[in-house]
Amino acid sequence: MNELLNVLTDALGENLPLWIVLSSFSVGLVIFFVQEGSHRLRTTLNLLAAVVKLLLVGVLIWGVYHGQVYEVRWVIAPNLELLLHADALSMLFVTLSALLWLVTTVYAIGYLEHSPHRSRFFGFFSLCVSATVGLALAGNLVTFVMFYEFLTLATYPLVAHKGSHEARKAARLYLAYTFTGGLLLLVAVVWLKSIAGPLTFVQGGILDSLPAETHSALRWIFLLMIVGLGVKAALVPLHGWLPKSMVAPAPVSALLHAVAVVKAGAFGIVRVVYDVYGVEFAAFLGVLVPLGVVAAFTIVYGSTLALFQDSLKKRLAYSTVSQVSYIILGTAILGPLATVGGIVHLVHQGIMKITLFFAAGNYAETLGIHRVSQMNGVGKRMPLTTLAFTLGALGMIGIPPMAGFISKWYLGLGALEAGVLLWVMPVLIASSLLNAAYFLPILYRAWFLPADPWPDEHIKAQRWETHGMLLWPPVITASLALLAGLLASAPFSPLEWAQLITAREYK
Amino acid sequence: MYEAASVVWVISLPLLGALLATVWRQHAATIGWVSSVLTAGCAIWLLWVVQHAGVQELALGGWEIGLGISLYADGLAAVMVLMSSLVVLGCSMYARQYFRTQRQHELFWPLWLLLATALNALFLAGDLFNVYVTLELLGISASALTALGAKRAALRAALRYLVVGLLGSMLYLMAITLLYAAYGTLNAVQIAEALQVNPLGWAALLLMLAGLALKMALFPLHFWLPPAHSNAPAPVSAALSALVVKAAFYLVVRLWFEVFAPLTTPLLANVLGALGAMAVLWGSWSALRAERLKLLAAYSSVAQLGYLVMFFPLLMVLEGEARQWLFGAMVLFALSHAFAKSALFLAAGILLRYAGHDRIRELSGTTQFLPLTTFVIALAGIALVGLPPSGAFLGKWYLLDAAFQTGQWWWVLVLVAGSLLATAYVFRLLGHAFGHLPAVKRPFVAATQEIPALALALMATFGLGLGAMSLWSWLAHTGTGAGL
Repeated sequence: MNELLNVLTDALGENLPLWIVLSSFSVGLVIFFVQEGSHRLRTTLNLLAAVVKLLLVGVLIWGVYHGQVYEVRWVIAPNLELLLHADALSMLFVTLSALLWLVTTVYAIGYLEHSPHRSRFFGFFSLCVSATVGLALAGNLVTFVMFYEFLTLATYPLVAHKGSHEARKAARLYLAYTFTGGLLLLVAVVWLKSIAGPLTFVQGGILDSLPAETHSALRWIFLLMIVGLGVKAALVPLHGWLPKSMVAPAPVSALLHAVAVVKAGAFGIVRVVYDVYGVEFAAFLGVLVPLGVVAAFTIVYGSTLALFQDSLKKRLAYSTVSQVSYIILGTAILGPLATVGGIVHLVHQGIMKITLFFAAGNYAETLGIHRVSQMNGVGKRMPLTTLAFTLGALGMIGIPPMAGFISKWYLGLGALEAGVLLWVMPVLIASSLLNAAYFLPILYRAWFLPADPWPDEHIKAQRWETHGMLLWPPVITASLALLAGLLASAPFSPLEWAQLITAREYK
Repeated sequence: MYEAASVVWVISLPLLGALLATVWRQHAATIGWVSSVLTAGCAIWLLWVVQHAGVQELALGGWEIGLGISLYADGLAAVMVLMSSLVVLGCSMYARQYFRTQRQHELFWPLWLLLATALNALFLAGDLFNVYVTLELLGISASALTALGAKRAALRAALRYLVVGLLGSMLYLMAITLLYAAYGTLNAVQIAEALQVNPLGWAALLLMLAGLALKMALFPLHFWLPPAHSNAPAPVSAALSALVVKAAFYLVVRLWFEVFAPLTTPLLANVLGALGAMAVLWGSWSALRAERLKLLAAYSSVAQLGYLVMFFPLLMVLEGEARQWLFGAMVLFALSHAFAKSALFLAAGILLRYAGHDRIRELSGTTQFLPLTTFVIALAGIALVGLPPSGAFLGKWYLLDAAFQTGQWWWVLVLVAGSLLATAYVFRLLGHAFGHLPAVKRPFVAATQEIPALALALMATFGLGLGAMSLWSWLAHTGTGAGL
């Protein structure tokens, strides 16, 4: 086995990050040309690409673990280069994306069976993942910005996919938000580059040696960057596009909310704070406290609005608004424990939220349930889906031993360590209570209330409660969320990896 | 001497083609595309020659420089010739199937090849009188091609186009008369050496700028462009927007940075830049309001030329390496627009044929019945907005960078507003494309026309966005007396 991996790493060489990006990009381009009716060919291509990408990521982890350095450079203009490289933080995000892409692909194949324009859908779906992986592997801000914009472009057709008036309106709103954000980010990056030179991501940051007269410009740049990235991370008041994009098909919502788009924003903020500014220098500039306040406000605001949504997907959307800001809160608190909490939540929130969206999609696809008020007794009809949903919801609330508990535990410890417990703890408690208030009634309805007639039952219960390709993805991701919590201290767990990253971020 | 032949061939090949296409009318189309292919080959050869054997200066017919027709090929000229030849090639391939009747072919190809000749000759002209001749040739062949639209609106636009073109060349002619009276030569290099700062020089500069601003449709002299560019046949619109206005822009660059370098001031550059900024805002806004796709594309050209002029005030203040980078970025922006806009017009032509109209409001569901054409429009749109990867993205990057470095942050605001407007007009178009219609079986609907358009669009985005690094080294080949 080891020998095989060694041979593989040698054969793929330094360009491995490029192959990882191209594996889905090239297949995406091919899928556009697959005829609508060739279901089998398209499925094969999709799964093949997803599996190959995951294997390549595996080889990458192996290589990085054994001290191999992966760097792909491509000069696109004087003084401007694209750089893909693999450091600990990018590995975390790449692994998450590749893994969840495979699961979501299986789910999407099941979900979109018989619906029109599948080649177009899967083509953009693949491009979207390429963009996500690309920005995860970006080695400098220039590369990051390019993939960030590319991600917007690739997701737009997915939001507009249904082609209805509503879908196109949502897509337009999505675009208005994300392009304005992208443009502000671009301006900020060019400005920063004109002050600080090449913006390679370095653990611990690169700006602390700049002279004091640049500091006020650096604060403005930070603001612009946070606004630019905050649009995708759905920081309040930049979150308006997210609930509206719920018109997209369930796999898209799952991907947008759990992996690609919101995470791109959150990941970008983590990168900017830790690997560009450096968390200690950012604290010195005094920009972390406002960021923390915005994140805290977003957490409470998102949870509060979630409480009032009857539409299941909308409730989950506001829950996302709230949950993603945990990552940002962890980033904004100076201290290694909070950093661990923020970074590990990047993974934990992803697997929990995707589970919830898969389950919501299953209810809609199988029984026509779109609203919370229609969910009475669904636990008996769809036990496995509802079990997965329950695990995801409990994790979101932060009940041990689910993954969400680990995140919140470290955030709380971090707040204690940094001496900001006084305002962080109330936020965490309030949010947990609100989470409980909007998730527990759903669980109660689903498990304990007698069933009403289903609104629109498409798929009859046979051997399984629904189509197998719809059923297994949430079950798998729910198990992962459980395992990430139970085995948090095992080697290679997300928590251990987050601790490794954190150790390198503090000089 | 053997290398210098490349300079001659890129001009004489299309000219020869034009003559042959006039004589052998029944084979006009074949002659047309073959000569486009050969010209493109020679343009690559020319670039290779300039890169390896240096700048080429050539006096035709053995007359010494200052008397006869002189040709001059440096890095910039060679790059422009290559751009022009590649766009012409793409449009030629497209035009083979676009025109349906033999008569249209017979009218189109001679004029088309004449246009290509005029463009290449203009880029390579070594003296100011040659420039005048090529400008006239360009203006006449372009307006004749516009008239091929054969509708009433097209004829009216063509006539107006002709008159505006003549007015522009007239202003230019007055300027070179002044220069000739003062210095006794029209060779660009010789004038650049002899030029003195005096009212006569000023008058010549302003006359030339006014004439060329009219020809490149710089705000507020852009009024003639939208009707002309939107009523011509698709390949003609493509060349007009992509190349013909660029030719005027190229001359402004040459005159500004080389011939008149001692006379130019930051103030004048800022005036130009301000006009450019107005062009960006007004052009983009009008594109957003346009009801037809071709009109949208034409207004977008007004905006894109505005960006090009916005480089001027920043180029005046920067020095050294940073200035060379910015200059390259300006050229890259021009190239990116040339490829993107020609692709967009070609795609619009396909849309017009298959949808029967190009009213944006009614273009629902094009992703279904013309997927590849829609893809081309999307790619071209990316390059027009300046999203990565595209040459325009890099161009805007350096423009922003220069604005920050020199503290002229107001250009940043213009750029941000222009980009937002561009996003709005591109996606207003694409938003309609995702309507409900049953899917077609084939991705290619009109392959012979879609593939050239796709090639041009790919060039503007991935080609220039990721592979343009050599451009800067090509542009480094400048001759004597050049101000760069």
